Amino acid sequence: MREPLRFDDLILKEVGGLLVPFLQMFGVYVIFHGHLSPGGGFSGGTVAGISMILFSLVFGLGPGLRKVSHDATRIMESSGTLWYGLVGLVGVLRGASFLMNRGAGIPLGTPGRLFSGGLILLITVGVGIKVASAIISLYYLIVED
Amino acid sequence: MITLFGVGCLVFLVVCALVVARTRDLLAATVVFAAYSLVMALVWQQLQSPDVAITEAALGAGITSLLFLLAIGRTRRTEDEEG
Repeated sequence: MREPLRFDDLILKEVGGLLVPFLQMFGVYVIFHGHLSPGGGFSGGTVAGISMILFSLVFGLGPGLRKVSHDATRIMESSGTLWYGLVGLVGVLRGASFLMNRGAGIPLGTPGRLFSGGLILLITVGVGIKVASAIISLYYLIVED
Repeated sequence: MITLFGVGCLVFLVVCALVVARTRDLLAATVVFAAYSLVMALVWQQLQSPDVAITEAALGAGITSLLFLLAIGRTRRTEDEEG
């Protein structure tokens, strides 16, 4: 497989290697605090996906594919959607409507704490996984032949 | 409540949009569009919508510009005169 985009630059590698974990941490933070602060599954998933795109831009497509392969993006993309549907069905199984949260008798916890809001956190995690893997696979599809 | 900063941002947005629409150089259009997205994120934040601002900064300035750049790398840099 040829390397379509590869920059052999010391500054890019150092700064990129330094930046990628912080970007991923920020993405996960935004995803998990979706019900408390600005952001959510879509924004956090985008940031987390951008971190992997930055990694494969700086270190080449091959190392990027070794970190997150095509199969991984495919499985993550499908399981994110599946997770959303399964969490939505919890409300149905408890005798309320689809995606029903408090009405289905799910404990909401203390407002302002991380583990509060019932099913919202679980839904947001599913959306974040889906969006991150979709963005990564979009990049892979365009870059490689 | 509209501030001088907000007016400056909006004027910058209009100018950027006109430049993107008028220029023939697709690479220049992509760079100007990234600047447009970045200032648009500031405007969203000024309009007290930080949720959209985060998404705009990540998607508009990051992903969209990157995908446009990759597409330009796959095709030609300038737009045809007839179409």
